[in-house]
Amino acid sequence: MFLTTETFKENAVEALGNEQLQRAMHNVEAGFIGKRKAAADRLPEFDQLRANARDIKNHTLAHLDLYLEAYEANLTAAGGLLHFARNSEEARSVVLDICKRVNARTVTKGKSMISEEINLNEALSAAGVDPIETDLGEYIIQLRGEHPSHIIAPAVHVLKEQVEADFRRVHTHLAPERNLDEPESLLGEARAVLRDKFLKSDIGVTGANFLIAETGTSIIVTNEGNGDLTQTLPRIHIVIASIEKLVPTLDDVSQILRVLARSATGQDFSVYTTLSTGPRRPGDPDGPEEYHVILLDNGRSSMLGSEFQDMLRCIRCGACMNHCPVYHAVGGHAYGSVYPGPMGAVLTPSLFGVDKAGHLPNASTFCGRCESVCPMMIPLPKMMRHWREREFERNLSPATFRAGLSVWAFFATRPWLYHLATRIGMLVLGFAGKARGRFSWLPLAGGWTKYRDLPAPAGATFQAAWAKRPRT
Amino acid sequence: MSARDDILATIRRSLGVTGREPTRRDVVEQRLMRSPRGLIPKRADLPPAEQVALFIKMAEAVSASIARVASLDEVPDALAGFLRAHNLPMALRHGEDAIFTAIPWDRQKTLEHRSGRSDGNDLVGLSHALAGVAETGTLALVSGNDNPTTLNFLPDTHIVLIDAKDIVGDYESVWDRLRSRYGRGKMPRTLNFVTGPSRSGDIEQKILLGAHGPRQLHIVVVG
Repeated sequence: MFLTTETFKENAVEALGNEQLQRAMHNVEAGFIGKRKAAADRLPEFDQLRANARDIKNHTLAHLDLYLEAYEANLTAAGGLLHFARNSEEARSVVLDICKRVNARTVTKGKSMISEEINLNEALSAAGVDPIETDLGEYIIQLRGEHPSHIIAPAVHVLKEQVEADFRRVHTHLAPERNLDEPESLLGEARAVLRDKFLKSDIGVTGANFLIAETGTSIIVTNEGNGDLTQTLPRIHIVIASIEKLVPTLDDVSQILRVLARSATGQDFSVYTTLSTGPRRPGDPDGPEEYHVILLDNGRSSMLGSEFQDMLRCIRCGACMNHCPVYHAVGGHAYGSVYPGPMGAVLTPSLFGVDKAGHLPNASTFCGRCESVCPMMIPLPKMMRHWREREFERNLSPATFRAGLSVWAFFATRPWLYHLATRIGMLVLGFAGKARGRFSWLPLAGGWTKYRDLPAPAGATFQAAWAKRPRT
Repeated sequence: MSARDDILATIRRSLGVTGREPTRRDVVEQRLMRSPRGLIPKRADLPPAEQVALFIKMAEAVSASIARVASLDEVPDALAGFLRAHNLPMALRHGEDAIFTAIPWDRQKTLEHRSGRSDGNDLVGLSHALAGVAETGTLALVSGNDNPTTLNFLPDTHIVLIDAKDIVGDYESVWDRLRSRYGRGKMPRTLNFVTGPSRSGDIEQKILLGAHGPRQLHIVVVG
């Protein structure tokens, strides 16, 4: 997994000045927020289903050891092969061993964030195996040598003209004078180019949205159909999934499926929800001859029982980032992690350490929209606050920040002094800003005034105004 | 220690359990055995005829096209009519499902129909759905010789036959059918829930039909 979270601040400044990115990021707000709301409003039981989904995952996590054993038994009974992987390296080596055994030359891939987390493509390439991303967004960013900037819309940061340029650069076997002005023609070209790859692939790798203990089943939820071609056509299907994808029964997953697509894309149901259980059966004319599941831990088992356990309910719908003002402003790459936005701000430090990813939980205004739209009701702001506390306790925050906080604490623990200081401050600022009503420069506030004016205070503190309010 | 044992041990340590607690084991066993029903939206809690109407409405809302015929006898004409209207060749491929032998194909002599899996060269695939879910206009298709999965994804056009009697309200009713057909805890190799034709929003979040799967989905409701 690539990690540039340590330079989040620099990444963010660069992103704010990137005009193409800023244009592309408007598509997030336009493309997701209204659709999600409309889908949720169409279903009167939506919030009750969210609560049920939350309870199901809480129950599963509290019994995860037992559900994993049941899943293992049922998967094995259906002829599937289960591989446990403590970390990325173990997960990669399972895939590489299979590739080696069957002399695989190409691996087609359905969209999988776990594959990104374990850096599978780099490992495959290094072993002489050609990894081919088949989800349109993943394909685009693979051509660009980038990583996803969104967990369900990996190329959301890319404009149509950039896709056209990439296709012209890479698809050199096609006529240079072809017209690629419309998204339709770009999609058609990707379809034709990838169709051939699907048919020739040796191994198909997909992720899993859910694993069902009751039946030993893995589920993928997609719209394009690429995941299904990936897993149906090659001789071998490898599923890579993390341990928290477990759900007890088919009835349980129905509750969660009802909130997943609505929260993600605003569809009532995604086009393809595919349940796979083991390899080709006797008499089956198609489907994979081998079906492997790699179950990745990568630090998740240690999150259980901690204040970050709730994060393991996440079903990767992307609603939190779609509604996040910070994500809208800087895009997914600035976070420097496979998992951006609010869910990433909580998960990335859990998986890779707060020393490396401490900036991410700080990149929040705590506006709370993420929690309010989360289908699994994950208290994201609360958990970001936990990370901030840990960062402070471990002396990881910068000296100026800590010094500022100490000054504030000195006043805050002496209310009379605090009141006096704020009253004087408001009076001075209110007087100084009376003429224009705002400041374009203020000492110690350069970080703010560099980008926008600071509104001048009205001359009295909130507490003073509160004390004066008419009582009823 | 194997990765498996190590991971299970860490999970148990984090949860503060041993894995041998009888109450925990019992809770899990009961849930897996009984699979308690969750909340089923009222939307599809309707008499059968209205469920069929809702199924059609929801499928059309996700850009599937629908034809309704009274019996299998009318299927050849319906298929030929659709193919002609869309300038498609009079040829399709289907599996070995009994329904395909019950169709009086000779009513449309020019309509070629072959059976078997698709190798990617068929323009039109024909399948028989196990069930339809009114709630979201979703088809449920199971893999096997009767309806090869490749037919659901490789052809540009996918036509699906569904008996009106097989249209149910919700996904849970599909689980009931699977459990009675395959046994509790058992599943077909692949179950495809299909809701409309394939699509992508990956270029500037604009939804376009016909990504990697079928560009069009046509549903023929029989009965």
